Amino acid sequence: MTVRNRRPFFYLAVAVICILLVLPVITFMINAFAFRWFYPQFIPAEWSLQAWERLQLIPPEGERTLTNWLALLGSSDVIDALVVSLVIGVGVTLFSVVIGLPAARALGMHKFRGKRIVEFMILAPTIVPSIAFVLGLNINFIRWELSGSLFGVALVHLVPVMPYVVLTLSGVFANYNPDFEDQARTLGAGPLRTFWYVTLPAIFPGIVVAALFAFLVSWSQYLLTFLIGAGRVITLPILLFASASGGNNAVIAVMSLIFIAPAILTLLVTSRYLSGESGAVGGFGRI
Amino acid sequence: MTHVILSNLTKSFPGNPVAAVNTMNLDIPSGQLVAFLGPSGCGKTTTLKMIAGLITPTVGDITFDGASVLAVPPEKRGAVMVFQNYLLFPYMSVGQNVGFGLKMRGVEPKVIDRKVIEMLDLVKLPNIANRRPRQLSGGQQQRVALARALITEPKVLLLDEPLSNLDAHLRDEMRELILSIQRNLGVTMIFVTHDQEEAVLLANQIALIFDGVLQQYAAPDVFYRQPISERAARFFGGINFVPATRRGERLETAFGAFHVRTPGVENAPEGEVTLTIRPEQVVLNPADDENCTSGRIRSRIYVGTYTRYKIMIGDIEIEATRSGDIDHALNEGDAVRVGFPADRIWVVGRS
Repeated sequence: MTVRNRRPFFYLAVAVICILLVLPVITFMINAFAFRWFYPQFIPAEWSLQAWERLQLIPPEGERTLTNWLALLGSSDVIDALVVSLVIGVGVTLFSVVIGLPAARALGMHKFRGKRIVEFMILAPTIVPSIAFVLGLNINFIRWELSGSLFGVALVHLVPVMPYVVLTLSGVFANYNPDFEDQARTLGAGPLRTFWYVTLPAIFPGIVVAALFAFLVSWSQYLLTFLIGAGRVITLPILLFASASGGNNAVIAVMSLIFIAPAILTLLVTSRYLSGESGAVGGFGRI
Repeated sequence: MTHVILSNLTKSFPGNPVAAVNTMNLDIPSGQLVAFLGPSGCGKTTTLKMIAGLITPTVGDITFDGASVLAVPPEKRGAVMVFQNYLLFPYMSVGQNVGFGLKMRGVEPKVIDRKVIEMLDLVKLPNIANRRPRQLSGGQQQRVALARALITEPKVLLLDEPLSNLDAHLRDEMRELILSIQRNLGVTMIFVTHDQEEAVLLANQIALIFDGVLQQYAAPDVFYRQPISERAARFFGGINFVPATRRGERLETAFGAFHVRTPGVENAPEGEVTLTIRPEQVVLNPADDENCTSGRIRSRIYVGTYTRYKIMIGDIEIEATRSGDIDHALNEGDAVRVGFPADRIWVVGRS
């Protein structure tokens, strides 16, 4: 197939992506700043920040002083939820990468008895629906007094996060030559400095991608947070689901924008590690 | 300048009943260039890694200048390894690669920079400190790897197949470089190879290893004149093996009796043995009749600088080579007198 023949498919693909992904975001943007937006208006006739004010993300008009801006930090549910989501997301990311590295190294570099079973067990959370295991987990979490705590929610987020982290990193280790570590050791680097100067630079692109997956998977958890959080851990998705049934389009739009902002930001920052050249996503070739 | 001694060195890997390295005893005097030679999987690389401290022996000891180094971790042992595929760190410049060892020792950046330039000069690669490893050819990468190892002034330099990734003219160049460094710095060097030519080209002493067991430890020429076994002889290109019965100087074979007076043969096996002689030592139509027998030329292969003859003596095939121009008096099917000089014949145990 020549390049010329491929062009129409390329444009078609771009068009589909735009309609599915970009258009809804634009709609959110308009909704978030619309005062009223009725059919058959193409764009709203009146604009306002009323949804932002209602969610206490901006002080009311005429009261936008520094003290009032700062006062929002303590009083806005959305900002509180954003902080909770961030704390859980970052915590889950760090923890999942730290415990995922040894597992990925073992899976990527060694052959051992029962490897297929271990791989399947690690993949299982992507196949088994959350609802199937979380109810059972919930009983134990209540017994261990983890229910309703930040730590408990972070812990349960690890279940759907680990497959992504381990698979991404094991792909990196599959192409990794451990002789580099031996080389560094004989040149005078101890185990810690060998990791810092030799292992880490080699696997860093993979770690970035794994961390990105970990953060996004944790960020978008609803069911697990809802059940294990027991109404006491309010993350953004919990708030978003609640407001989505409220029917105020402007409020839903504002919350959705806030919800997708970190995802888009992290994607932009890490996009160069996602390219095929870095090999960081090689692990998925084996699924 | 370090004197390395391996005593009863043994390594067994879990799940494998056969030891990878079995009771190895080896004395490597200071400033020597020693080759560990053997087919792949014979345990030579395992031995090298044990000396480097990357593998812990199951039994036995390694001493540098009389002191055991088993408890010393690799980064403090002073045995630096240069791997076959060079393993230059791709995230660092050439200069940073070469300076890595000194950086790990906490040497001042200024001093490192100066030493890096010195080392790159030593391996004849000046002005490349700012390049990236992937911009260099294989031969250049190997020199950088060598410089990176030498900058730390290692007690022992360990080389993994130092010439095998290089093409013919680079091999000569690299050989000269390694030998000159070895002469100038006097560092004890040990390298592993599966290629007897590489071992003969470089080493003062060769340790021949089969199946984790040291077979013979001697200067390169000894392996041609006095191999320890048929297998050792074959590894060095020996091809003529004839069953014989030996009593002192006298060897009885299916095609006649021979005398053997090669120096050192008094320590070789007696009784049921195998006679061996290198093809280049077999004399065709010799002047005198001692140790002579008759055969017929089965084939003649002209290889340019020499000619290879396959000669049938009864039902035994003997190969002989003659250097120089092709001899048109010796043709396929011709009868020929075949001489085995008494001071060139060697005997090994019957295998």
